[in-house]
Amino acid sequence: MDVVRENSRNPNAIAYAVLLVGALIFPELMFFLGGDSNDFLVSLAADGGVFVLMAIGLNVVVGFAGLLDLGYAAFFAIGSYTYGMLASQQLIGSPLHTALHVPFWIALFVGLFIAAAAGALLGAPTLRLRGDYLAIVTLGFGEIVPRFFKNPHLNAWTSSVNGISALDVPTLPAWITGPWAGTDLAIEQNFRFVSFNYTAWYVLIVLLIILSVLAVNNLQRSRLGRAWMAVREDETAAAAMGVNTVTIKLLAFAIGASVSGFAGAFYGAKLSLVSPDQFTFIVSITILSMVVLGGMGNIPGAIIGAIVLYAVLYYFLPAAPQAVSGWVQAIGLGSLNNVTPNWPGLAEFVHRLQFIMFGLILVGTMLLRPQGLLPSRLRAQELKRGVHDEPVTSAAAPV
Amino acid sequence: MSSADAGTILSLQGVIKRFGGLTAVDQVSFDVPKGEVFALIGPNGAGKTTLFNCITGMFAPTAGAVVFEGHDIAGTKPHKTAQLGIARTFQNIRLFEYMTALDNVKVGCHVRMRAQLWDSLFHTPLFHHEEREVAERAMAQLQFVGIEKRADDFARNLAYGQQRRLEIARALATEPHLLLLDEPAAGFTPQEKVELMALVQKIIDKGITVFLIEHDMRVVMEASQRIAVLDHGEKIAEGTPNEVRNNQRVIEAYLGKSA
Repeated sequence: MDVVRENSRNPNAIAYAVLLVGALIFPELMFFLGGDSNDFLVSLAADGGVFVLMAIGLNVVVGFAGLLDLGYAAFFAIGSYTYGMLASQQLIGSPLHTALHVPFWIALFVGLFIAAAAGALLGAPTLRLRGDYLAIVTLGFGEIVPRFFKNPHLNAWTSSVNGISALDVPTLPAWITGPWAGTDLAIEQNFRFVSFNYTAWYVLIVLLIILSVLAVNNLQRSRLGRAWMAVREDETAAAAMGVNTVTIKLLAFAIGASVSGFAGAFYGAKLSLVSPDQFTFIVSITILSMVVLGGMGNIPGAIIGAIVLYAVLYYFLPAAPQAVSGWVQAIGLGSLNNVTPNWPGLAEFVHRLQFIMFGLILVGTMLLRPQGLLPSRLRAQELKRGVHDEPVTSAAAPV
Repeated sequence: MSSADAGTILSLQGVIKRFGGLTAVDQVSFDVPKGEVFALIGPNGAGKTTLFNCITGMFAPTAGAVVFEGHDIAGTKPHKTAQLGIARTFQNIRLFEYMTALDNVKVGCHVRMRAQLWDSLFHTPLFHHEEREVAERAMAQLQFVGIEKRADDFARNLAYGQQRRLEIARALATEPHLLLLDEPAAGFTPQEKVELMALVQKIIDKGITVFLIEHDMRVVMEASQRIAVLDHGEKIAEGTPNEVRNNQRVIEAYLGKSA
């Protein structure tokens, strides 16, 4: 009970509790409300979980270490392609002549390490750049990576523009299938990674998110996390205090990238397809918006930002045209739905407004809560006081 | 490397620093004796801070040797010089503004910590042990400079004098042998200056050599045992406070040539 009382005023603790309970009851609630027909919502949530993972990872780079990364989707791509090559028939046509069917659970961590290595590789030559210049280089990297996978000369490895399809699905090891299969303990009848029941995917992504949150949270509250903050606040002073800024920034890049390696492998497995078109610039920007909207530098903030933005982008906005035309029909203005030469019909009209609405939501949130939905204590302060309030006037004029 | 005698902690030998065509530091040589307060003075733009930057590795000197405890460290990276035992404060305070005072000092402890990525990731026993120890050490440093009551406040919210003290605490947390203070008394009231001199004495008593840049002549004359004077990048005098005070070139540099 002490734990509860201690944390009852800590917004982060409350956020974690709500998120965890929400994640646990979401699939049951969906089943209860709509039965199997709501399974697509569970699937959607699992896809959203991929973005939650990436927001957690990008938050390390942008929020903790203060390095603006505009090409984060590149690491997502690298994670996905790693899984695609390791867990499909793809490599049979490559010079290796063997299809590697590496089990998902191993490939997941291979993806993690490859993405981390790519992060370090990108970081090594570029981290001497600061601010906007780093952002431009990462932007370039984000464009180069999908193009690299598209390269026809690598057709044998990556299938070029077609991408890699028919990826392996994860299988639970035999010793774990026991209790699930039995009639008495069957909590969920088809707890298998199949394309028509998404609960298993959902559970898996929730577990991956929990794992990543624990890891990143531990890092934040360590020597390394403090060094990240110090580098973000004042790189020169951090170096003078003995912080090896190059290593520290490389670690931020590598660790941030590794989380999206996780996300990439999961996404590839769930979709059973990896194609270069999945990793466009818009993905990088969406993830960055999630982090900023949620509250930079705060893990639960990034998670909430990702959930909110994902729900808006992939649920509410696509559903809006139908919903709006339904409403006007109900209040007797059904004529608005009629298509005329000058009027595309209300549903189509709303559909065309999608990006404006998305923009308005972003701008509106940033105007009302510039610090993000759930900011870190620090960021809330930063934005509350824009100017120096200590008496600095006398500091600069000794003669 | 010739003057590796026991009494000298830092020896500059013909240090030159040029920025393009501008020579900011020109052939400067002097020895900083161990365990004393050594002061560097000179008019604005004389090259004092540039010299500090050459010592701490912010800049690599164009030529010359910076011998610290018997090793030439010219061109060594800043985090390495911190590791070797040189700490510094900045002329215009450079704290981690949005970190608490305690965390600022903990960053200073960073260089003496052993926890690796593994320990940070899994919060191993070593991690817990070290974090407890660092929290105590950081708190002790705050007490040492007298701002322990502000431990949980953001550095930027501290009063100006407290910020200067916090910078010193953070530098001391790196466990230096040599502490470089860049105008520590700038903007201080006479009372604060007296307190600062007492603090400098306490640092000396710990066995740490203090090398300071200062404009306030009272502070310099009272606090330091030896003084070097820089003007237009050149060393124009060196000696005890009394010698420097009566040096003709020093008087000219500060007051202009008398008729």
